[in-house]
Amino acid sequence: MNVTIGQYYPADSFVHQLDPRVKLLGVTLFIAALFTVNSFAGYAFIAVCMGLAIYATKVPPIFMLRGLRALIFILIFTSALNIFFTAGNTVLVSFWVITITLEGILNAIRMVSRLTMLIVGSSVLTLTTTPIKLTDAIEYVLGPFKRIGVPAHEIAMMMSIALRFIPTLLEEIDRIMKAQMARGADFDTGGLIKKAKSLVPLLVPLFISAFRRADELAVAMEARCYRGDINRTKMKVMRLERRDFKALWVMLVFSAAIVLLKIYI
Amino acid sequence: MKIIEADKVCFSYRIAGADGAEETLAPAVRELSLDIGEGEFVAVLGRNGSGKSTFAKLINALLTPSAGQLNVSGYSTAGEEHIWNIRQTAGMVFQNPDNQIVATIVEEDVAFGPENLGVPTAEIRARVDEALATVGMGDYALHSPHFLSGGQKQRVCIAGVLAMKPRIIILDEPTAMLDPIGRREVLAAVSRLNRQEGMTVLLITHYMEEAVMADRVVVMDKGAAVLQGTPGEVFLHGPLLRELGLNLPQITEIGARLAECGLPVKPGILTINEMADELCSILNSK
Amino acid sequence: MLHTKLEINNLVFTYNKGASFEKKALDNVNLKIGAGEFMGLIGCTGSGKSTLIQQFNALLKPESGNVLLDGTDIHADKSRLKEVRRKVGLVFQYPEQQLFEETVAKDVAFGPKNLGLPAEEIEERVKWALDMVGLTPEMGEQSPFDLSGGQKRRAAIAGVLAMKPEVLVLDEPAAGLDPVGRDEILMKIREMHKRTGITIILVSHSMEDVARLVERIAVINGGRIVMDDIPAAVFSRAPELEQMGLSAPQAALLAQELQKRGFRLRDGLYTVEDVVAAVAQELSVNKGLNHK
Repeated sequence: MNVTIGQYYPADSFVHQLDPRVKLLGVTLFIAALFTVNSFAGYAFIAVCMGLAIYATKVPPIFMLRGLRALIFILIFTSALNIFFTAGNTVLVSFWVITITLEGILNAIRMVSRLTMLIVGSSVLTLTTTPIKLTDAIEYVLGPFKRIGVPAHEIAMMMSIALRFIPTLLEEIDRIMKAQMARGADFDTGGLIKKAKSLVPLLVPLFISAFRRADELAVAMEARCYRGDINRTKMKVMRLERRDFKALWVMLVFSAAIVLLKIYI
Repeated sequence: MKIIEADKVCFSYRIAGADGAEETLAPAVRELSLDIGEGEFVAVLGRNGSGKSTFAKLINALLTPSAGQLNVSGYSTAGEEHIWNIRQTAGMVFQNPDNQIVATIVEEDVAFGPENLGVPTAEIRARVDEALATVGMGDYALHSPHFLSGGQKQRVCIAGVLAMKPRIIILDEPTAMLDPIGRREVLAAVSRLNRQEGMTVLLITHYMEEAVMADRVVVMDKGAAVLQGTPGEVFLHGPLLRELGLNLPQITEIGARLAECGLPVKPGILTINEMADELCSILNSK
Repeated sequence: MLHTKLEINNLVFTYNKGASFEKKALDNVNLKIGAGEFMGLIGCTGSGKSTLIQQFNALLKPESGNVLLDGTDIHADKSRLKEVRRKVGLVFQYPEQQLFEETVAKDVAFGPKNLGLPAEEIEERVKWALDMVGLTPEMGEQSPFDLSGGQKRRAAIAGVLAMKPEVLVLDEPAAGLDPVGRDEILMKIREMHKRTGITIILVSHSMEDVARLVERIAVINGGRIVMDDIPAAVFSRAPELEQMGLSAPQAALLAQELQKRGFRLRDGLYTVEDVVAAVAQELSVNKGLNHK
């Protein structure tokens, strides 16, 4: 079984090489911008910036749009909601109980562009950053909160172990399922209750195995002197390079532009 | 110089009684005495439940003896104060490679140990590269462990231990889950480590053929060392080994049976070539 | 003449067909297995052996070619898939990991229950299956997790046996067990074959284990059956086996080495007993020694 975790698309681009923390900041600014502006000029500006960023990733744009596929239903639903239920003065069509107003259509366009850009924009981060780097960045960002009891290191460790074991457990599920099917188990037919019941022979062995793995892993980690982040060093230390500062400048200009747009348009 | 000094070490697992019954003790290691010297290659044989894995965990201070004295590199495993020194000195490789690899990238996994020890960043890099090269996995540094074969994964685990610069490596049935190719790869790596780098090795195994590579074989049963010596010496005791739930390597078995037939075959021969030499000399003598 | 139980014709199978990482796992495999045969299927990891056995009971579907059970294509009638899976019992590697019930007996009953059998029949089969693998009725009442490694594995095999399969496929039944556990399980399998006359396919990469049991060995490498013969003939091709990451039993290798050095041994010796007998005879004839 082949499983790709996250959606990382390997390519040799400026964006790929950026420090994950810078990218995380970039996406945060981008999302903030999306919810700050509400003029069409603002959206257009953000869309152009996003387009340029996508171009810089060297990832085929089709991959960016993939994330939308899963959300197509939500997009349609949101636009329908906006179109049919926005009260407004400029009535365009009206029959039976349905009234469509210009405001409704504009609202729908606004919501759909926001959501679409939100998804496509965030995928720039996930497509160009390996999950492990993302974990490092999150650990760094959570770092300051350690003082108030946020277990930043533990959260990051848990995330990376989960990433490491997801493919292993998926394989395990496949194997146990086949083994039970060979004993006549049926996972496909029957009503909801029967289906839920049929999962017992799959889930029990899966949990037992997961616990055993967790136990063995804990012992193995202990044997390798793991004791949380006490006195711990790292092989790969994240360091801001010249390109990261360049990216930070671009972000600064972008933020300034958004503020100006908000004030003057 | 002794790295491991075990003197009458005992250990029992506590088994919680069902329904509030009192817990019982299941002795796993009983009065085990065993010394391992610098640079030695020791194989430990024994059936399931003979206490071999428990002994390994005692050396690594994952468990502490309930009686007796166990010193690793001069540190007693009994107290808490030297625990990290002991674990760094005695590196452990377990049976299932999937359940001991922590990271999603090979080199990051190898770095895990030194990172825990607080080794400076630049030195970790050097150690990781060296360790991966030693086990012949240098080309896979940036691969995902998930797509490696069992033998390759297990070699990554060995590298992960090597990067901690231990003085002894303990391998707890490292080949039990591998196919013949994987087994060969791992054993070749272990044997090279011992012969070329002078690393002390403690290999726990079910496979008699693997014990043949060792300088010394220790046979455990019911938590104690019941037989030890060079492989040639230990495999002289065919009937006793069988009683202990083990068997002989096929070649040694053939030699023993030929001797039973009244042929003057030297006992304790381990390899095909030696056996062929021996039988030829019997054929040609007179 | 042996009735053909399972027949594999020109079987081709590719994982992730069409994707950039597609992998051809089986490449024109042909194999005939007679009713009541005890055969070994040997290959190293990645040779395609696991894929092949999943074709035997329709867990995977051929890309081209077919699998015939008693002369009928197993994919011909979708409603008969369950029947096919009952007739071809598949015991996966480390089968003890699929145990899930509170007691061994309940777990063994899982398969028969899925067949919708009456309670008495189920009970009967559970008893029979436990007996077949050498577990006592008392062990049947225990939790599977209280058994030893070898016993757990035998309990899992009983779970498949209780389906009363006509063909039993065992994938590495002895993997990871200690010598006693290994011997126990292999001897039980041999006994099972003798007592029931069921067709058994033993999948392994351990030549030593297989050599003691089977009548015929098929070697799979790179998704193709590269040898299919009696054990003696297969082991005589030791250098080829070596190249595929396999090896002949040590006894066979010793016999071959001795032949090279001028011992007059007959070809195709591979068990310890045969090698000892042949060598003893050769030496005593030459030396005038008496062997007891």
